[in-house]
Amino acid sequence: MLMLTCPNCGVTGEESEFAPGGEAHLKRHGPGSSDEEFHAYLFAKENPRGVHFERWRHANGCGKWFHAARCTATLEVFGTYSAQTTEPPKDIKDKISAKRPGWSWREVE
Amino acid sequence: MKRYSAFAVAREAFRYHMGWERAWASPEPKKKYDAIIIGAGGHGLATAYYLGKNHGITNVAILEKGWLGGGNTGRNTTIIRSNYLQDPSAAMYEKSRSLYETLSQDLNYNIMFSPRGVMMLAQTQHEVRGYTRTAHANALQGVDTEFISPERVKELCPIMNIEGPRYPVLGALWQPRAGTARHDAVAWGLARACSAMGMDVIQKCEVTGIRQEGGKVSGVTTNRGDIACDKLGIVVAGHSGQLAEMAGFRLPIESVALQALVSEPIKPCMDVVVMANTVHGYMSQSDKGEMVIGGGADGFNNYTQRGSFHHIEETVRALCETFPVINRLKMLRQWGGIVDMTGDRSPILSKTPLGNCFINCGWGTGGFKATPGSGWGFAELMAKGQSPLCDEFSLDRFKEGRFIDESVAAGVAH
Repeated sequence: MLMLTCPNCGVTGEESEFAPGGEAHLKRHGPGSSDEEFHAYLFAKENPRGVHFERWRHANGCGKWFHAARCTATLEVFGTYSAQTTEPPKDIKDKISAKRPGWSWREVE
Repeated sequence: MKRYSAFAVAREAFRYHMGWERAWASPEPKKKYDAIIIGAGGHGLATAYYLGKNHGITNVAILEKGWLGGGNTGRNTTIIRSNYLQDPSAAMYEKSRSLYETLSQDLNYNIMFSPRGVMMLAQTQHEVRGYTRTAHANALQGVDTEFISPERVKELCPIMNIEGPRYPVLGALWQPRAGTARHDAVAWGLARACSAMGMDVIQKCEVTGIRQEGGKVSGVTTNRGDIACDKLGIVVAGHSGQLAEMAGFRLPIESVALQALVSEPIKPCMDVVVMANTVHGYMSQSDKGEMVIGGGADGFNNYTQRGSFHHIEETVRALCETFPVINRLKMLRQWGGIVDMTGDRSPILSKTPLGNCFINCGWGTGGFKATPGSGWGFAELMAKGQSPLCDEFSLDRFKEGRFIDESVAAGVAH
């Protein structure tokens, strides 16, 4: 079972305490976007076998949203951080780079 | 290939069963094939089988990273049904169900198809309306289903508690021609038939790259060398995203874990398949007597073939309410598989941005039932570039906004 720490209230809990909310750091395309962009935003999700950034909600806790960096192949959680960002904080990126040599942050489309 | 028959069993009985040959060959890969299928699961093998049987293309290799049928083909709960809501789905799944009826004879391999009937319980008013609608849609589509009363449910499945209290059974969508089959046997029988047609089923052969020339596929790179091909079919379920990336495009798919479990074997107590979507559980009894149980998928991207404990608890808790008789059963095994979910819960059988490269994926939590139909349609698509069964399931439907929305009809179990 996944163990996550909510960065908003500091509580560490099991996965059943949280609700997954899909891919993080999406650029939300809206009116005025091209069909390609809108399609990519809605459907063409990142689906990596490895490092992944996701939104989670502390549903049975403080109720707030946050982001998590997680490996989809091993379920290792690299860390959680505030949802009020456009990319992961440096310490989390460094931690992932140390554990997954060759990994680098991609610019979000 | 020697035919399997009662006579063959008798013949072998007289010579200590020394005369059985290998069901399929293990050849070294050739330099070039007319068509390569990546993934020797049910759908990949069925595609190859119908490429040979219906379209006369037999210079085919089926490449498998692990062992034959070791992915979702060997991990599902073997349910076969076609009571879908949308027309394209009903056409595909009903074609598949009807092919299953004669598949044992076609393959000369007993796949143990058992049309024992599948019921999907309606436990809320919403589901009653939903399934009544599906029954009407099925009547128009030529799929034989009906909405039955709680009394009839109890008659068909006496071990069920239909009184509730939280979720009383208000009726069920009943498809008497649906049922189960032996999933491994489907893969084995198809592999044997492909091998007999001269195709190469190559196991432990992992594709590491897809080579292209002038916007068209020219071959694949594998851990057993480069193999050239004219046409490529990608049929790899949960790992479709990785293969698509090698081919240079992205799929509207997310991979999540779905798990199942079986109990210790008990005496026959239930001769239908019961699916209860509101409470997230479904159950049938295998020919060995084990209760085969499935539940909901994880909500997050996951490539570990494990599953998670709280989903088991949720599923088993619901089924203990519905079937009090299983309360004290011990569970024997639990396992997980990686399923490829699309936004509308319908599959993708399509051409891709890369020329002569085709993809068959997105079956999500319900691919086993579609094995022969998917192979039939996808083989036609690969051979002719167009197939009436697959037209609606193209990759560009997401961009064009013409979804085949089965998430309502399918609920959780699929």
